[in-house]
Amino acid sequence: MPRPMTMAEKILAAHAGLEEVVPGQLIECNLDLVLSNDVTAPIAIKEFKKIGVEKVFDPTKIALVPDHYVPNKDIKSAEQAKMTRDFAREQGITHYYEVGCMGVEHALLPEQGVVGAGDLIIGADSHTCTYGALGAFSTGVGSTDAAVGYATGKAWFKVPESLLFNVEGELRPGVTGKDIILHIIGMIGVDGALYQAMEFRGSAIEGLTMDERLSISNMAIEAGGKAGLIPVDDVTREYMDGRTERPYTEYHSDPDAVYAKVYNIDAQDIVPTVAFPHLPSNTRPASEARDIVIQQSVIGSCTNGRIEDMRQAAAVLKGHKVHRDVRCIIIPATQQVYRQCIKEGLMDIFLDANCAVSTPTCGPCLGGYMGILAAGERSIATTNRNFVGRMGDPTSEVYLSSPAVAAASAVLGHIGLPEDLD
Amino acid sequence: MQFKGTVHRYGRDIDTDVIIPARYLTTSEPSELAKHCLEDLDVEFVNNVKPGDIIVAEENFGCGSSREHAPIAIKAAGVDAVIAKSFARIFYRNSINTGLAILECPEAVDAIKNGDVVSVDTETGTITDETTGESFTAQPFPPFIADIIEQGGLLNRTRHVLGLA
Repeated sequence: MPRPMTMAEKILAAHAGLEEVVPGQLIECNLDLVLSNDVTAPIAIKEFKKIGVEKVFDPTKIALVPDHYVPNKDIKSAEQAKMTRDFAREQGITHYYEVGCMGVEHALLPEQGVVGAGDLIIGADSHTCTYGALGAFSTGVGSTDAAVGYATGKAWFKVPESLLFNVEGELRPGVTGKDIILHIIGMIGVDGALYQAMEFRGSAIEGLTMDERLSISNMAIEAGGKAGLIPVDDVTREYMDGRTERPYTEYHSDPDAVYAKVYNIDAQDIVPTVAFPHLPSNTRPASEARDIVIQQSVIGSCTNGRIEDMRQAAAVLKGHKVHRDVRCIIIPATQQVYRQCIKEGLMDIFLDANCAVSTPTCGPCLGGYMGILAAGERSIATTNRNFVGRMGDPTSEVYLSSPAVAAASAVLGHIGLPEDLD
Repeated sequence: MQFKGTVHRYGRDIDTDVIIPARYLTTSEPSELAKHCLEDLDVEFVNNVKPGDIIVAEENFGCGSSREHAPIAIKAAGVDAVIAKSFARIFYRNSINTGLAILECPEAVDAIKNGDVVSVDTETGTITDETTGESFTAQPFPPFIADIIEQGGLLNRTRHVLGLA
């Protein structure tokens, strides 16, 4: 019998061809998918060409998603997108997504069924940890790791210790997956899970939709986490069945698996939360942030650009107008989400409220384009980082929140809660 | 490898967005990236840094994005080594893979002051503050990682493994 293991350890062991692994062990694993985008692929492609192999290990197991500066924001980004496209064509990469089909990578790949439970995935993008919500071990790496992944289908890993976050009880009204993860990051800090795998469990997590779970796993990296896993249950299966391209495998943590630390969180202690500049861990209840005047509200990104997020924002914006001193920019994360917004009438609500709605892009989240801040300006955003200069000028500020809080703030002109609109 | 240079000292949680802001990620050219290294944290850094200098920082250096542009920018700016209390995971990998020398040594970080001249021996992990004469030993790398460094980064190691080097 192998030692009791966490789901993270079981996935790594299976992909290393080992019966068991222990935290700290350095292993080489076979990968199910290697991902990169228009910012990280160009370096990966240059490095790949230095290796000396002609072809990638498997053109069906590489995903190239131009999403950061696409549709091209300027000549330089057009060159980077072109380099990514040319490589995809030359190598016959099946999971390449052109403008018109593309979406924000971490919303797109789960939606398209490219990733699933039990997968081992590396991505040259730090938010690759998102797919942990499906029960995959998925982690961000740099371009050189991706290049070696293109060539060999393998990567080296140090088996991480696991941390268990047990969120039990019923969530308060208006509290979302985003608030849960901001609460946790506020509690443990931006290096509270450094080199470790986070596992989120408990009745409050079980009650969440897939979209809210994806928001939680997405931000594991903001606590320094290597992965952010959620056990597979009926919600996961219902999402994956008929969607995933490949059969998926469920790995469940053994009851006596060893965790470096267990955090027991009472769901009732979590409130709508805002992360103040300039760290995602700098959290405060949204109710204590009403004196923060904003000039912009961004609703979208790989954290909160899915249909559930759009619905939550629309529910708040319905019948209201965005404050005259605020630009509210809404970015459905994929074409499917965009179309669904039209079908459900959400697009009318956004337009009636005077929101600007964009085609899918990472754009403003990383200060690329489509909503850059001037000196001293403030934005509330459903994105994932509020570092110095993240959305524009180094003196601008980003406040992170859920879609409902970002929508309410857009109407109020300052940070606030949906109930403030009544 | 042995390095000796002047220290630029910074705090904790130095993220990759301040190491190289995303507005410059429309290129991966090292010399272009180097011009903007640490710009949003310390606008004078690129003017002050000299070849061979060393960055010293507190916990969680390189947190945030996976951009390999961050260690590339630091190296191209002329910095030979980064000494920190701890490194964010992806930055750690990227530094090993691309050949930027990194050393974890909390004691050295506490003792070394901005502007001190420090020498580093990456093989023994010895860090010496030439200004004060104090010496410290960094955490050694596990053999597997030491092997990647020895072979000149992950790419070269892969070429060896595939029999292409």
